[in-house]
Amino acid sequence: MAEQGAKKQKNPRVAMPEQEPKVRARNFLEVPTGYTVKMAQEEAVRCLQCKKPGCVDGCPVGVDIPGFIDLIAQGDMTGAIRNLWAKNALPAVCGRVCPQEIQCEGKCIVGKKGEPVAIGNLERFAADYEREFGTGELPPVEPATGKKVAVVGSGPSGLTVAGDLILKGHDVTILEAFHKPGGVLVYGIPEFRLPKEIVAQEVDFLSRLGAKVECNVVVGRTVSIDELFEQGYDAVYVGVGAGLPRFMNIPGENYVGILSANEYLTRANLMKAYKFPDVDTPIPMGKNVVVLGAGNVAMDSARTAMRLGAESVKIVYRRSREEMPARIAEIHHAEEEGIELFLLTNPTRYLGNEDGRLTGMECLKMELGEPDDSGRRRPVAVEGSEFELECDLCIVAVGSGANPLLTSETPDMALNKWGNVVADLKTGKTTKKGVWAGGDIVTGAATVILAMGAGRDAANSIHDYLTLGW
Amino acid sequence: MFKIVRREELSEGTVVLNEIEAPQIAKKALPGQFVILKSGEDGERIPLTMADTDKEKGTITIIYMVVGKSTELFKTLQVGDGYEDVIGPLGKPTHLEKVGKVVCVGGGTGVAVLHPITRALKQIGNDVTCIIGARNKGLLMLEDQMREASHDLRICTDDGSYGHHGFVTDVLADVLAGGDIKEVVAIGPVPMMKAVSNMTREYNVPTLVSLNPIMVDGTGMCGGCRVSVGGETKFACVDGPEFDGHLVDFDELNLRLRAYLDDEKNCHRDFCTIRDAQ
Repeated sequence: MAEQGAKKQKNPRVAMPEQEPKVRARNFLEVPTGYTVKMAQEEAVRCLQCKKPGCVDGCPVGVDIPGFIDLIAQGDMTGAIRNLWAKNALPAVCGRVCPQEIQCEGKCIVGKKGEPVAIGNLERFAADYEREFGTGELPPVEPATGKKVAVVGSGPSGLTVAGDLILKGHDVTILEAFHKPGGVLVYGIPEFRLPKEIVAQEVDFLSRLGAKVECNVVVGRTVSIDELFEQGYDAVYVGVGAGLPRFMNIPGENYVGILSANEYLTRANLMKAYKFPDVDTPIPMGKNVVVLGAGNVAMDSARTAMRLGAESVKIVYRRSREEMPARIAEIHHAEEEGIELFLLTNPTRYLGNEDGRLTGMECLKMELGEPDDSGRRRPVAVEGSEFELECDLCIVAVGSGANPLLTSETPDMALNKWGNVVADLKTGKTTKKGVWAGGDIVTGAATVILAMGAGRDAANSIHDYLTLGW
Repeated sequence: MFKIVRREELSEGTVVLNEIEAPQIAKKALPGQFVILKSGEDGERIPLTMADTDKEKGTITIIYMVVGKSTELFKTLQVGDGYEDVIGPLGKPTHLEKVGKVVCVGGGTGVAVLHPITRALKQIGNDVTCIIGARNKGLLMLEDQMREASHDLRICTDDGSYGHHGFVTDVLADVLAGGDIKEVVAIGPVPMMKAVSNMTREYNVPTLVSLNPIMVDGTGMCGGCRVSVGGETKFACVDGPEFDGHLVDFDELNLRLRAYLDDEKNCHRDFCTIRDAQ
């Protein structure tokens, strides 16, 4: 990401090649195309190999960053991926979607004077290299312990737990409600940011290690947590994500043409509706599209709409650019692709026709007032500033709450007032014996890597429980 | 794969019954709940309320009307073939209670969904009158099963080819006028459920309807199935599929069901053109 605004320096960061904005804005191929070996090694030697590396402190799963980068510099790509796997089961994913600028790269010493080492790009390179040229040799698995673990949800935290515990010799089964594993990596993050083939291979890697993956199992409906224990599981990890879409709750929200980002992205990504009618699931083709919200999910939705052929795509957000929660790189990519930002703008109602279809929305201009509870300046409506925006498709990307499907069927697992599972910060233990939880269902909507960090902690705690006791 | 163990064509081949091996779902399913089915890799996820379950055999039964490409694809599946994915049981089960005189009203394939509910209402001791309708005699379904499941079965056809000549609401009006009806369950096309609800509202008889809006995941994640109930937005997949018919905004539901109408029509037409050319 930090390619933009680069200052001239002696030892510049090696930029990862990207598809041209005009070209990529109309296709679903991945935007950055990857380093060559030469580029990777050139970038790897920029690492100072610090004795006390700040980058490692900045990584939620503590990857040995100078270690794997040094191996790339020496040309030992197999060594590099093994080094990564020791701490991170999903390097191809993390190299692509982690917010490195506020984690590892944000603490890189090289970045103090110029641009930080491109740690994310190098992580991606090592994983991609292994996928393309690797031996396929698996890391060693500990002898079988005979203990059975059920992992509920196959998103980033579930996959991390499964990967860690399978290596420790436990018998792991992943239960997924959808028909394909991967959770948000499959239904949420678009193909052009994270090719689904990569997620499938990461899951395949776990399968080859011995993890079982059962799709179409909705825990809370098909089977309850108590029934899992009756079936002989010794421990259960709940990593079901934050799957309850928030809406604006303004008049007209049920007009045809207003979709939650969850629905829009699930149609596009999981159901591959961008290939309709070659696949059977349709997706609304907006001509003038408005996306409400300014996080990464909003950027993904807007960029998907552009790729589906929209004439205009506008992001409507009630605060200013400073407060936009999306990664700067994602905002930058979106703007390059022609997406307009309507900042300090708040929709007040949707407009529709007699067929119940969306035709536009009424908005108010906002200005920033005093800071609110979140520390951000509160947007205040400018009186008399109403105006209409024409649109035939609106994607609501204003966040997700905790989906109550599983938790409401598990009354002895305590929740907080927002419906998130109460879990110990260090271990992920819930109030129900033998059950751990982590990721968005505990923290509320956050990042892939934080979910993985929680998975790592829970896996350690589950291992202790299975070998030592609760 | 979820194997089909029994297949029947009903209503002159416009409706198909599949009994499917799905032991985990059969074990847990209760009347009123639904499943989501997908026939192949590129298939659409289609929600269908279960028409029956057999815990011992580990099977569930679905009955669907062939209306578009996805159901045309379902129709090609024979005994021994299977669905790639079946997910469930989803939604809340029907609230079953002994209340006295109950009327169950069904139209079209809604009769299939109504059947297990009717049977359960009778089993727990209600006095059950059943009114089922179809466009004509040939399209009427599950007549014998509905007679078995109720105390009194009334039949209506739009063209008068069988039973009462007219709509289910004509008969319902008579039954309601007879008095003492404690509850009505109405399952069928949206206009039918709306008409029934409007009628029972006048008599102040609590009325349950089962909705089948467009949805993707069926677990409360996409919000595509939102319906207005008493001025509040509900997700049919997790809050329903059954709601108080007196509170449902049927007009909005009807418009939302038409969201992909053009896509569906084109897709179906192309499918039929290719199939018929072969």
